[in-house]
Amino acid sequence: MSIKRLSPEESLALDKFAVDEGKPHIIVDKTICAHCTDRACLVVCPARLYRLKDNQISFEFAGCLECGTCRVMCSEGGVTSWNYPRSSFGVSYRTS
Amino acid sequence: MADDKFDTIVVGAGPAGSACAYVLAKAGKNVLLVERGDSPGGKNVSGGRLYTYALEMIEPGMYQRAPLQRKIVREQIMLLDKRAATTIDYFDPRFVEGVPQSYSVVRAKLDEWFAGEVEAKGGTLASGVLVDGLIEEHDKIVGIRAGGEEMRSDVVVAADGINSLLGRKAGLFSDLEGHAVGVGIKETIELPDSVISARFAVKDDEGVARVAIGCTDGISGGAFLYTNKGSISLGIVFNPAQAAKQGRHIQEILQDFKMHPAILALIEGGTTIEYGAHLVPEVGYRGIPERLHREGMLVIGDAARFGINTGLIIRGMDLAMVSGLAAAQAILQAKSTEAVGPIYIDKLEELMLLGEERAYQNIHQIFEIPHVFREVPKLANEAMQFLFAVDGKVPTPMVQGLMNVVKRNMSLGQILADGWKAYRSL
Repeated sequence: MSIKRLSPEESLALDKFAVDEGKPHIIVDKTICAHCTDRACLVVCPARLYRLKDNQISFEFAGCLECGTCRVMCSEGGVTSWNYPRSSFGVSYRTS
Repeated sequence: MADDKFDTIVVGAGPAGSACAYVLAKAGKNVLLVERGDSPGGKNVSGGRLYTYALEMIEPGMYQRAPLQRKIVREQIMLLDKRAATTIDYFDPRFVEGVPQSYSVVRAKLDEWFAGEVEAKGGTLASGVLVDGLIEEHDKIVGIRAGGEEMRSDVVVAADGINSLLGRKAGLFSDLEGHAVGVGIKETIELPDSVISARFAVKDDEGVARVAIGCTDGISGGAFLYTNKGSISLGIVFNPAQAAKQGRHIQEILQDFKMHPAILALIEGGTTIEYGAHLVPEVGYRGIPERLHREGMLVIGDAARFGINTGLIIRGMDLAMVSGLAAAQAILQAKSTEAVGPIYIDKLEELMLLGEERAYQNIHQIFEIPHVFREVPKLANEAMQFLFAVDGKVPTPMVQGLMNVVKRNMSLGQILADGWKAYRSL
């Protein structure tokens, strides 16, 4: 293989995850996000897990790199709960 | 495990936690080191480079056992324009003589090794365990809760990283603010060792640390490149508040940087094998919380927001280890749990960690100078272009040509204002 431009999905596909199906460790309240004009999450989440769909914020917790940027940058409080994934779930870095 | 009582419980097996647990275990204390990753390092990302003095403080010669990558002999600064690049390369063999000053590191390897050292000294490592909360009795922290179990100790040391949920649960400080952190993202790129050594002109056990500006779309921040054994760490740290205003996704900006012809030439033929992200404390001394302890609890490492970033020197892991050492010394010296906290702060002073932080307390202001991240690197490259280009025509006189380059990018007022701001930061 050689070096190429990677999409966020391609970048995340390189990482090892154990997804805690049905148990998101981050809770986002979209009704709060609806009033937010900053929407920093759309560009600062390294995994690009915050997306705009029909002008609504959508969030997918699988693929989270557990960095905390979304929580720190959330200006309206839409990220209502931020925790680490339960034991043995989430990302496992091997070379970082 | 529920009935066990430990002398100390350390939460987080990163450089801070393992340093603390190692010193305590070596002194014969009954230590539990809890790590949420399935193995230590599994949740961690760093640039990364470790300054060895910290390991030497914990135990002279210890660095020789550590799975370090390449000892850094070349320090490089890169200024990027869209296609051009100017690189300053400082080669200094004195940096690798005796105890080498610094090594590139891979956290999955380093952290796993360090936690193993704790076990070898008799400490107990519990990996794959997320600590849910603290046990508080009579205004004192007396243990932790994890997965429905309770574990008790005289002191709990929170080495739970930059997001320190425990420090906040203990009421010691509030959450991080956007202006006080950087968001770092990085790719690990696999390349044969021989190729790395040839491309960077280093011996097989020696390496390069490079910082770069002009690759962040004007956002306050900079890129880094470290050569490891068989891989290169390539990434960018952004000011998230500025990134948010700017509007392009940061992962996409990293792709631009990676594909810049001057960078691509270094990594061509390699394979990206991992993508990571992490927050870093960015405002040094001014970001350190006022309260780092309460009875029965200490906060160390990234959790205490210890960090020094001069733009050229980026330090975190060494400070983490020193703070772990300070915490261990305080625990060993204190006659009562009440005394531990104040002694810990004294030890941070004694080991010079706080003094170093204070010495750099204004340096983060250079990252607020507006033109450093776009105009300055662009100007530098255009000046080089003017100096090196030959086309067979009568050239503009040297001084006038350079002045034209400067004027194209910045006004005299901007240069003076930025220069003054830089002077004040230093």
